[in-house]
Amino acid sequence: MTETNELVFNDEMPERYLYEMDEDKHEVALSTSDLAVYYGGDKLALSDADLKFERFKITSLIGASGSGKSTFLRSLNRMNDSVARVDGKIMYRGLNINSSDIDVYEMRKHIGMVFQRPNPFAKSIYDNITFALKQHGIRNKAELDEIVETSLRQAALWDEVKDDLNKSALALSGGQQQRLVIARAVAMKPDILLLDEPASALDPISSSKIEDTLLKLKDEYTIIIVTHNMQQAARISDYTAFFHMGKVIEYDLTRKIFTRPKVQRTIDYVNGNFG
Amino acid sequence: MTDKILTTENVRLYYGKKEALHGINLDYDQYGITALIGPSGSGKSTYLRALNRMHDLNEGVTVNGTFLFKGKDIYSPSTDTVELRKQIGMVFQQPNPFPFSIYDNVAFGLRISGMKDKAQVDEIVETSLKQAAVWDEVKDTLHKSALSLSGGQQQRVSIARALATSPEILLLDEPTSALDPVSAHLVENTLLEIRDKYTLIIVTHSMSQASRISDRTAFFMNGNLVEVNDTKKIFLDPDQKETQDYISGRFG
Amino acid sequence: MRRLFDDELADLDTSFKEMGLLVAERLHEAVQAFLDHDREAAQRIIDDDKAINQREIALEKKTFEMIALYQPVTTDLREIVTILKAVSVLERIGDNARNIALSTIAIKGTKRVPEIEELIGSTGEIVAKMVSEVLTYYVNDDARGSQSMAEIALDVSQRTAKIRDLAVDSMKLDPELVSSSTDYLVIGGYLKRTSDYVTDIAEWIIYKRTGKIVELNPGQSSFI
Repeated sequence: MTETNELVFNDEMPERYLYEMDEDKHEVALSTSDLAVYYGGDKLALSDADLKFERFKITSLIGASGSGKSTFLRSLNRMNDSVARVDGKIMYRGLNINSSDIDVYEMRKHIGMVFQRPNPFAKSIYDNITFALKQHGIRNKAELDEIVETSLRQAALWDEVKDDLNKSALALSGGQQQRLVIARAVAMKPDILLLDEPASALDPISSSKIEDTLLKLKDEYTIIIVTHNMQQAARISDYTAFFHMGKVIEYDLTRKIFTRPKVQRTIDYVNGNFG
Repeated sequence: MTDKILTTENVRLYYGKKEALHGINLDYDQYGITALIGPSGSGKSTYLRALNRMHDLNEGVTVNGTFLFKGKDIYSPSTDTVELRKQIGMVFQQPNPFPFSIYDNVAFGLRISGMKDKAQVDEIVETSLKQAAVWDEVKDTLHKSALSLSGGQQQRVSIARALATSPEILLLDEPTSALDPVSAHLVENTLLEIRDKYTLIIVTHSMSQASRISDRTAFFMNGNLVEVNDTKKIFLDPDQKETQDYISGRFG
Repeated sequence: MRRLFDDELADLDTSFKEMGLLVAERLHEAVQAFLDHDREAAQRIIDDDKAINQREIALEKKTFEMIALYQPVTTDLREIVTILKAVSVLERIGDNARNIALSTIAIKGTKRVPEIEELIGSTGEIVAKMVSEVLTYYVNDDARGSQSMAEIALDVSQRTAKIRDLAVDSMKLDPELVSSSTDYLVIGGYLKRTSDYVTDIAEWIIYKRTGKIVELNPGQSSFI
């Protein structure tokens, strides 16, 4: 009976619930506090975003169009700088990277981004990966070769392209292109990988290869992914944040979000009940 | 055969000399939703486009086989393709409204076919938008540009445009894959609303969408129709191992 | 905006409640038939058991279908899981009603103990009422009410322990009572087990409401 006596029937559901990550137990790779994004001067697109991202984990950001999830993701490596005003702090390795004295170009080597539509350069597979490396001064052929192979292996593409690295990237299938773009991002050896709906333009088989790739990559990278596919979020991520109308409504372990979310709005959304 | 609105038999399609569809046999009762699923390159979209002769414009594509729409040969030289596409309409993946008003978008097909009576056009525009479950959202802004709508609204206006010409069959090529879950849900509801009045054939990459809304599911792979059956049967107990693997996400 | 899923869930819910009411009624009738020594009524209950089993199969089939077609999560998933689990418990309660009816027919002893039969009668009433009550809690999503089932189950288990003691005493007292007292023991056992099943259903209602899996059954006595 003891166990049942501890049961608390909470009839009052919270409006909002953000998981408090215990920093003694979980290494935080990136965190935001009071993040707010304004478009066109004063149009508030996102506010009160306080999230901590655990290192070597996958965090999914879910929510409808216009909920602020992509705006949030793009703010994390300052992709919104030219179109929006971003207030608040983004802490990375003790530094607030949302400040004017940060070298954005340098920062993006640490925090890379992969977009929805695969966007390889109209160059060979090999050159797609080495392009940025060369710009960063890596010229040694042996070193470049090694990075190309490692990155393609990490992106689970090596076996499919190793015999034809000089083939144009545009000749690859959509799913292969997307993994190439991931390999390109990984080649820069970032810490954190941001992905904006990386699989939504792909069929289920290519999409599942991307998912496998991400699950492998999380041994070495912290991954934050925006996805419209709730089953994808449930399958691959450790944490899930649900965005609604410019606010993070609920942030918790993925298994909780998909079994016992605390906020009614989250329940409705993950149930597909969009009333 | 008389109760079938559409029958396709031994459909073979060639890109140049390469055969992309290897003899598809599939027919459709009037009304209801048939979902065509399968990986990219399985031939499902290629097949869908053959149903209202969308390949006609592509040089080097040869379509063989028998296509009967209410007993009439779709590929007969005497078939008027403009007329055919009014009866077998198509909605694409990317919402593609014309850059003019919502009203003019829906009225477009009617005007092309020479309908001048304003009251009649008004009525059809309203009915079509209602059927596409977007009327309440746009009725006060019918003269605003369709491009100002959200993606989901644009897609429902595209459906209304297709419905305005009173088709019997509507082909939909991944109509929600460019939409977020909420907009996708609204489009799905639209399809569920109209499935009693139209025969809907939808290509989708979302297996959960196929299982949620379709009455019948056809699984394509490598240019073949592997299996077609009631959606319940396909998702609980398919006959073919390939179908089983695909719908369970085992893409080994 | 309603989902197709909601309509199917509402239908599923209705069929589940109907099956529950049917089972509660059968249990009530089985206890009554035993007390009235009414073999004809008992036979009817035995014949009707098939109908309960068919309902169980139909409900299970529907839940499998809904899981495959809609891949439900959170509250949707919990509702489906609750019905799936509770429906097999209801079926087992139905089996107990049938077993009591079988005992009624098989009964050999002519000499009876009114005191024990009264106790079986009142306990049977309580257990049958538990079944219909737990259905009300299910309908109202009432987790607190469900939790209160634990206390009633405790009362039932004290009563069935008493039935056991009285039956054993009467056997010692009079060899002619051994046959009927054995039946009392068996029926006491069925009632105890049925009350345990009801607390199982109550546990699933709590799960449906809160997402927590709990143990309501005190489990202090084994057979009766």
